[in-house]
Amino acid sequence: MGTAAFDEIMGVADRDGARPELADLCRWLDETPSDELRRRQRSAEVTFRQLGITFAVYGESEASERIIPFDIVPRVFLADEWARLSEGLVQRVEAINAFLVDVYGERRILKEGVLPADLILGNPQFRPEIAGIRPPHDVWAHICGIDLVRTGPDQFFVLEDNARTPSGVSYMLENREAMVRLCPELFAKFRVAAVDSYPDMLLETMKSVAPRGSGQHPNCVLLTPGHYNSAYYEHSFLADSMGIELVEAADLVVDDDLVYMRTIAGRVKVDVIYRRVDDDFLDPLVFRPESLLGVPGLIAAYAAGNVAIINAPGNGIADDKAIYSYMPEIVRFYSGGEAKLPIVETWRCREPAALRYVLDHLDELVVKLVDGSGGYGMLVGPTASKGEIERFRTALLAEPHRYIAQPTLALSTVPTLVEQGVAPRHVDFRPFVLSGARGVQVVPGGLTRVALREGSLVVNSSQGGGTKDSFVLMPGAPTMSQSPGTQTLGGMTQTLGGQG
Amino acid sequence: MLSRTAASLYWLGRYVERADFIARLVEATLRLDVLSTRPAGEDAWRSALAVTETEPAFAAVGGELTREEVARFLLADAGHPGSILRCVGMARDNARAVRTALSREAWQAINGAWLLFDQRVARLDPATTLALVDSVKAETRGFEGAVHRMLRNQTTLFIRLGQAVERTDNTARLLDVKYHLLLPAGEPVGGTVDRDQWTTILQTVSAVTAYRWLYSDGLAPANVIDLLLSRGELPRSVAAATEETVTALTGLARTSGTQGEADRMARTRSARIARTRTSDVISAGLHQHLQAVIAENAHLHVAIGRQFKFV
Repeated sequence: MGTAAFDEIMGVADRDGARPELADLCRWLDETPSDELRRRQRSAEVTFRQLGITFAVYGESEASERIIPFDIVPRVFLADEWARLSEGLVQRVEAINAFLVDVYGERRILKEGVLPADLILGNPQFRPEIAGIRPPHDVWAHICGIDLVRTGPDQFFVLEDNARTPSGVSYMLENREAMVRLCPELFAKFRVAAVDSYPDMLLETMKSVAPRGSGQHPNCVLLTPGHYNSAYYEHSFLADSMGIELVEAADLVVDDDLVYMRTIAGRVKVDVIYRRVDDDFLDPLVFRPESLLGVPGLIAAYAAGNVAIINAPGNGIADDKAIYSYMPEIVRFYSGGEAKLPIVETWRCREPAALRYVLDHLDELVVKLVDGSGGYGMLVGPTASKGEIERFRTALLAEPHRYIAQPTLALSTVPTLVEQGVAPRHVDFRPFVLSGARGVQVVPGGLTRVALREGSLVVNSSQGGGTKDSFVLMPGAPTMSQSPGTQTLGGMTQTLGGQG
Repeated sequence: MLSRTAASLYWLGRYVERADFIARLVEATLRLDVLSTRPAGEDAWRSALAVTETEPAFAAVGGELTREEVARFLLADAGHPGSILRCVGMARDNARAVRTALSREAWQAINGAWLLFDQRVARLDPATTLALVDSVKAETRGFEGAVHRMLRNQTTLFIRLGQAVERTDNTARLLDVKYHLLLPAGEPVGGTVDRDQWTTILQTVSAVTAYRWLYSDGLAPANVIDLLLSRGELPRSVAAATEETVTALTGLARTSGTQGEADRMARTRSARIARTRTSDVISAGLHQHLQAVIAENAHLHVAIGRQFKFV
């Protein structure tokens, strides 16, 4: 840890002044009193509460619907930083998609020995029920949220891929709405790429993968587990923004391999389902015979090619922790080039040399269970006690294949409004990548999560994390003064005489 | 529109209306109780339970017939499905399930009513009871106003349909129970009655002033019955509520192209009520008439569910 973290606005701590491109933001922070920032931040949070942008905390009473704290200081990506990052994201998502096509089809990557076969076929995330099914247009990972961390100007690392049902995009949109309303002066200083076209992009993506024969206007729906789900606000927000029906499993019925929704005027055929429910609860006939949830026959309709499911069932194999460390090989295998976005260096303890290294450096490393989640079964070497380290040593020796190890990273910080004023806090980032029949696109923005406690690296909303708006500057953006042709209008930055 | 969405909107309308009705009932009963010269409060509260058909449920929880206990049972008993607390909770659940179909105002009114019960309701003395009842009424009024300002589409029509069906039931019940309670056997209709008790009925449906406007000859049971049964000018009358049911169904038929049994039943019923003379009803037997209204309304409820495929 020791070394100072890279601050995305101020640069490195031992140099004076902000990064030159962001001097204006720094000046804005200096000139706007903390009380004023705090007032605006509160106003945003009041709006979020009124809109009901809440998440339920499981295990607490129904009354405890919370909002995620919003931080008023934006995080900014320069145009060229973003361009390089986007290339890496597109390459990675294309590889994820090619990987899914392959492992549920020919399995070339196993036949050629790039990955050990048991890693895939013996993995609980691999769904043999899905093997052989080809989704419409061969697209599997329609919506990916790639979690990134940063350690320097161009040092981005993938922390985790989310190829199942990534959430958080409503925060990207609502945070931007709040920023435009509360800090319009920032949009005069910076030419920020608009994110409000996301619902349109998503709907286009959905329509593009509709099964052949759906006609001119495929019927798209969003499938939610229901209003008790913690992400229900996002589900209803997205369905509403796209103007599509928000359905629950009980609203759908499968007849003769066709999917219908039950309406007051009878059954209406459904062509594309953006599902926000897990594979396990899609179709009780296939995944969980004991479950009463889901739509019986849905997978048969999908296999028959009569409905598109977004994201495709079975995607869990692509974002599994056990697969993560092989992503550089996977990207190389399908793209023919080196991965533009590196992963965090990872030692697979199943390999004897790696295990030896890990055992020698337990006090420096983070050791994780491959099949653990939410911080369970994790050793953070630098802060662990002697006893904990020894316990992990024993566990590692007993079952090395269950563990991986990574170095601790000096995560970047962004100035954040805290009680004492504005101070650096660690952040991570989740950009959203859409893949349709016509290719892959990255939304110019994303979800920045910030650890509000000093020094903390934990950005989870359940543990005191907050969110920030993420500005992506447009190419050739003037940052020192407002360009004469630029004005802000509503949520869009428009260049007169041309499309912004 | 999804059948589930339609069902949620319909039930949202029913539960908001029911919460509002119970609030009015408690308010009027409280007034009656306070006004009683005899220690007759017990009768007042027993009749409130009778109107909501909850005497057995109240007895089952071992409640005593006191103001505080009945008021708590009707207002804030989490274990009683007919309490305002539960009605508001059900209304909010349904509203959440169709969150995007509602305007922000409409949602906030429902959420506001729900937040009234967020903290455990402490002692219910007459003042706090009245304050709570007033707040509930304010939120349901806010909801009704908000629905009125929403797009006149299927969403609002299903809410209005639910409200109208619930209102028909509530008014019929109120009249049935009070009439029998207030008119002991042998007492002729139109005889001397307890003025306060009849005022209580009018208060429950917000019709004290309306009565004065429509009838010049003082409080008479036959007039009160006429007002609540057949006067279309009074929004909470059986006549107005059944007419509103027809209007909502007709609107739905126009926008969805779906017409069926429920439309026919509602139209037939409304036409019959328009032809019915209150004096004939009284001489033929008011109780039988009201029981028939309630039963027919329940049949209509089933027909609506069938027609729009609620289940």
